[in-house]
Amino acid sequence: MIVKAFNQIGRYSLLMRRTFTRPDNWRQFFKQLPKEMVKLGTNSIGIVVIISIFTGVIMTVQTIQNTENPLLPRYSTGLVLRDTFLLEFASTIMCLLLAGKVGSFIASEIGSMRVSEQIDAMEIMGVNSANYLILPKIVALVFFMPILVTFSIACGLIGGAGVSYFTDLITVSDFLYGIQYAYIPFYLWYSIIKSLFFGFIIASVSSFYGYYAYGGALDVGQASTHAVVNSCVLLLLSNILLTDIMLL
Amino acid sequence: MIRVENLYKSFDGKTVLSDVSADFYSGKVNQIIGQSGSGKTVLMKSIIGLFQVDSGSILYDGRNLTDMKMRDIKLLRREVGMLFQGSALFDSLTVLQNVMFPLEMFSTMTKKEMEERAKFCLSRVNIQPVTYNLMPSEISGGMQKRVAIARAITLNPRYLFCDEPNSGLDPVTSLVIDKLIEEITEEYDITTIVNTHDMNSIMETGAHIILIEKGVKAWDGSKDDIFTSDNVSLNNFVFASDLFKLVKDSVNCKR
Ligand SMILES: Nc1ncnc2c1ncn2[C@@H]1O[C@H](COP(=O)(O)OP(=O)(O)O)[C@@H](O)[C@H]1O
Ligand SMILES: [Mg+2]
Repeated sequence: MIVKAFNQIGRYSLLMRRTFTRPDNWRQFFKQLPKEMVKLGTNSIGIVVIISIFTGVIMTVQTIQNTENPLLPRYSTGLVLRDTFLLEFASTIMCLLLAGKVGSFIASEIGSMRVSEQIDAMEIMGVNSANYLILPKIVALVFFMPILVTFSIACGLIGGAGVSYFTDLITVSDFLYGIQYAYIPFYLWYSIIKSLFFGFIIASVSSFYGYYAYGGALDVGQASTHAVVNSCVLLLLSNILLTDIMLL
Repeated sequence: MIRVENLYKSFDGKTVLSDVSADFYSGKVNQIIGQSGSGKTVLMKSIIGLFQVDSGSILYDGRNLTDMKMRDIKLLRREVGMLFQGSALFDSLTVLQNVMFPLEMFSTMTKKEMEERAKFCLSRVNIQPVTYNLMPSEISGGMQKRVAIARAITLNPRYLFCDEPNSGLDPVTSLVIDKLIEEITEEYDITTIVNTHDMNSIMETGAHIILIEKGVKAWDGSKDDIFTSDNVSLNNFVFASDLFKLVKDSVNCKR
């Protein structure tokens, strides 16, 4: 078990070393990059928006209902919503969801290329397949993750604002005061920096499992399951580490 | 030519190839034949360097692959074309883009020249222009194989590897593919190595044949020697079917 883990880490590092080399052909790299940004980034905006708005709504309603204590200031709802989104939801929870969506996509794409020998075909041509396939994915996701996180924060707050506007649970001015109260700009940066790391983990770990798939279609499915589970675990572990480094 | 000397290869302690030595000549279709699981693909992938061998040497016209650094191997690979068992066309690219791919990666040609070269290669394997912009999944298996051949020859390889080029094809299409490989080999004086267990292609194009049995070279010769050889392994492989027993008997009667 431990030997296997070390073995995996070794193979992962070797793969990353092959990935982070100068592309054989920069023009091809810059041709792949926008394609990956669309596949991994813009195609995920929809789900991020939907999930964030709904979570914003639910969280606002729940916070109001569960804190009917007159001692608590009325701005607390907005404050709770804002800080939850800034600190954990937009980066950690959202990235866990994206690990599911984007991670399985990456692993199955690369895995099916592996089992149908397309990766071998590239290697035969003298193309560094790891670099050609994986580097654009990592760069695209690391670039796009902060954008998705920012979207998520904005949508969460919009969801909350919607509740204050359409219901009489809380007044709009209380809510708006809440989300501006004691705002610490570093929290936003904290979220964005975390998302850079998470983007890297999701893209590289999923690529790793896809790249070393062996067998048939079933094995590709299995590889993508492993990819998602292991990205999630690594994400949570690194979340602890990053929080420790940046906030404590 | 490619010369292989005393090649050994194992996976996790399981020996797949043991002490294989063979020559593969240029301008000829060299076949590696044997039952499924006998190690043909592993031998081929070892020769190309997709698998690292345990010991032995692989000489490409005197250049030893096992001594080379990754950089030199990459350069050597530009002289190599390969046709994979499942064609291995890139499924996110069109037929024409697939054939242009090696050019786009490595050549200094202009876009127009690349397209011309790709179209020439496609016409060489009798692919019609209406197919150029289709995706690989939209064309038949035989066409995929031909497109894969076109892709393998775009960079004018000196060495061509084909892993079971006619698996999954009907006998007529198989023959077309076999003939095409043979023509291209002779036309451009390529050292071609073909993996197969298909008796039709062995009898059709086997200019030089190596029989692998359980990872060991059991016989070599040419298609003309097959009916006269008394090698036990060869006879077990070739005359497994009643059809070929009959053929052998009738050939030997005529003598
Ligand atoms: N990547 C690999 N890892 C472990 N074993 C392998 C691998 N590739 C092939 N083998 C084993 O090597 C043996 C020969 O396989 P192969 O060369 O594919 O046979 P064939 O002659 O049908 O092409 C098989 O028993 C197979 O299980
Ligand atoms: Mg095989």
